[in-house]
Amino acid sequence: MDKVTGMLEITGLGHAYGSHRVLQGMDLKVSQGELVTIVGPSGCGKSTLLRCIAGLIRPSEGKVVLNGTPIDGVPDGLAVVFQDYSRSLLPWLTVRDNVALPLRRRGTGKAERRAQAVRALASVGLDDAASKYPWQLSGGMQQRVSIARALAYRPSMLLMDEPFGSVDAQTREDLEDLVLQVHRAEGMTILLVTHDIDESVYLGDRVVVLARNPGRIREELPVSLPAARDQIGTRAAPEFVRLRAEVGRLVRGGAAKDGPPTVHEKPVR
Amino acid sequence: MTTAALPLRRRSRAGGLLAGLVRGVLHRWLPLAILVVCWEAATRVADSAFFPPPSEIVKRMREMWFSGPADHLFLTTKAGDSIAPSLGRMALGLLLSTVAGIVLGLALGRSEKALAYLNPVLQFARVIPPPTLVPVFIVLFDLGTQMQVASIIFSAIWPILLNTADGVRTVDPVQMDTAETFRMSAADRIRFIIIPSALPKIFAGLRLALSLSLILMVFSELLPGTSDGLGFELTNAQSQSDLPTLWSVIVLLGILGYLFNTILLAVERRVLTWHRAARKVAS
Repeated sequence: MDKVTGMLEITGLGHAYGSHRVLQGMDLKVSQGELVTIVGPSGCGKSTLLRCIAGLIRPSEGKVVLNGTPIDGVPDGLAVVFQDYSRSLLPWLTVRDNVALPLRRRGTGKAERRAQAVRALASVGLDDAASKYPWQLSGGMQQRVSIARALAYRPSMLLMDEPFGSVDAQTREDLEDLVLQVHRAEGMTILLVTHDIDESVYLGDRVVVLARNPGRIREELPVSLPAARDQIGTRAAPEFVRLRAEVGRLVRGGAAKDGPPTVHEKPVR
Repeated sequence: MTTAALPLRRRSRAGGLLAGLVRGVLHRWLPLAILVVCWEAATRVADSAFFPPPSEIVKRMREMWFSGPADHLFLTTKAGDSIAPSLGRMALGLLLSTVAGIVLGLALGRSEKALAYLNPVLQFARVIPPPTLVPVFIVLFDLGTQMQVASIIFSAIWPILLNTADGVRTVDPVQMDTAETFRMSAADRIRFIIIPSALPKIFAGLRLALSLSLILMVFSELLPGTSDGLGFELTNAQSQSDLPTLWSVIVLLGILGYLFNTILLAVERRVLTWHRAARKVAS
């Protein structure tokens, strides 16, 4: 796969729930090893876009191509980290078995699956939690488990749907740094959706700003911050401050111009 | 919370455990013991042929069923002739209705359309008092075991089927999305996601099915054409005005019902540990 064509290519993507148009005319490319953040006001169709890429809903128009193959149904080699970790993890399985479960279809033996799960857990700093149950862990640790589950699956691309929307500020920063570490250490291609402007700039190699009514791409901004980032220094860097203000203007200013979000805030299942 | 309680627990562990056990037994069994003593006193004073004192019932139960040789677990041949066939039919009926109820409930719960179409029919079938169908089964099936097992199944299957369908229908959509994005196979989804999340409701259905199958077991044996079982024992004793035996069967049925329910609760507690613990954390 040559890197020029990109790992994920979205062309002319649009979606409507009945007569309500949620997404329109979206073109987006994500290259191998890139971390792209998508940010936008509420009601801009962020979640719908992610569900289209994940193959959970079939878009009404346009094309999504992953690794050169058009997406029709749920694609292989994709892992999703949902915002609602407490509902995404299975409470009747231990943390280790939760992480090992998706590996069953790979045909590896049980011992090998468990070993892979334990390695993935260690890579997110959860060496001791393997035999615990998800509900015995804090929210931040549970989200680490779902990240470990996605990593153990060895996807070619990781989709994250507002992954840190339900954790406290300190945990959020720790998890952001975990994502950066995974991105750098494993060269993982990541597409992360957030409503947090700071987060989109802090994490992204590129920030895609969405507008609403209907959901569309307003602007794509390259982030020229160095790859090594830290919560204190990076957030004080002039480039960060400048980008953050620009993204903020695009999100807030655009939101005011485009009117309030319409009723379909969350995708209908 | 645990750290504070630990030293206290350790200090009085042996004594505390015994005291707790004694207290538990007292609280649970004392009212029953008092009731039995009062019953004993009242029946002795009244001296009625219809109400034999509990001591006499126990004596009869021992003579009839539990005075066998040690290598038969003290069970008599009579116990083998009356208790065993009843329990066998009940176990078979309950097993078949559990398997069929869960399989059909899974199929129905996964298909919104099928459930919508069939729900009125199911609700109708469920509210028919099962004993009214026993005469139909007598005509349809061979007298004896076949008819009796069919009667048990027709009463016990509904709570399991409907509860399973309900539990399956309410599987968390985020869990199903997760399974879908990881492209889990249908069999894996059923085994690791759908059945476990429906289990609390399946167990609730099982508890109902258990008591229904006990009722139908006895009821189907009360009818003509039966040659063994506890229900047969009842009609037989009634025709001979053998009241101690009549009462013995009633007491034994009570004990069996209590025993089965206790066993089922223990299994449920073990299987659904995660469910109770997760709910405690959530609240």
